[in-house]
Amino acid sequence: MDNGSINILINILMILVPIMLGMIIGSILEHNHFRSLVRRERELAEFPAMTLKKPPASWEASGASLVSGSVVISVDYFKRFIASLIQIFGGRIGMYDSLLERARREALLRMKVQAKSQGYDAVINVRLETSRLASAVYQGKGTAGLEILAFGTAIKAKVPR
Amino acid sequence: MLILSNTEEIPGKKIVAIYGVVSGSTVRAKHIGRDIMAALKNMVGGELKGYTELLQEARDEAMRRMMQQAEEMGANAVVNVRFSTSSVAQGAAELFAYGTAVGVE
Repeated sequence: MDNGSINILINILMILVPIMLGMIIGSILEHNHFRSLVRRERELAEFPAMTLKKPPASWEASGASLVSGSVVISVDYFKRFIASLIQIFGGRIGMYDSLLERARREALLRMKVQAKSQGYDAVINVRLETSRLASAVYQGKGTAGLEILAFGTAIKAKVPR
Repeated sequence: MLILSNTEEIPGKKIVAIYGVVSGSTVRAKHIGRDIMAALKNMVGGELKGYTELLQEARDEAMRRMMQQAEEMGANAVVNVRFSTSSVAQGAAELFAYGTAVGVE
């Protein structure tokens, strides 16, 4: 092989290796994260969180404190590559769904953990916010990450079991 | 101790005085060391812990400023707290917290 074709080969590898690594490690990490989410959600299943502004009157709620949970998450190279292909023709980008789902569930869990560790019984008026962090790479066009923030008011209450 | 809440009223307490809108903000730039870690983490996807911490610290700072303002007014609670994030420049983000300072019984 001459120098030119070796260079081309190296260039192709430089693109393919991160994509392959992203696909393999990314899917393992995602799988593990989902498993840990399910486990932790089961532990906190009894802890109520709701988007209602007021708890039911029978709960005799008292005391309040702001609690929040946040997570910054990014998508792997493989998914980004496939997504950029889909964007040519348009349509549903399914692989981003799981990313956002993971992030929202994680943020909600962290909020609940904070409320529970501070001795509260429930979280009311839960709100979820999403913001995109501008990236320093590619003149700010590349997505560095998404931040999901979950916040609400933790209350002490008599929660019926 | 100042009570913070994102509800319009605090359960079990009555609002007796309204002092007005209080806010706090902070602009943070990204840290180069965290940026390099994040770039590596970007390859495989998942949580960028450095950024999560960075934003959490910044939001706490914004909230502290908001609480300070409320205390100066003589309020003992801030209700209806809202957050907003905006990227003002490349690699810098503003975190903003605002609410209504009130007095509760």
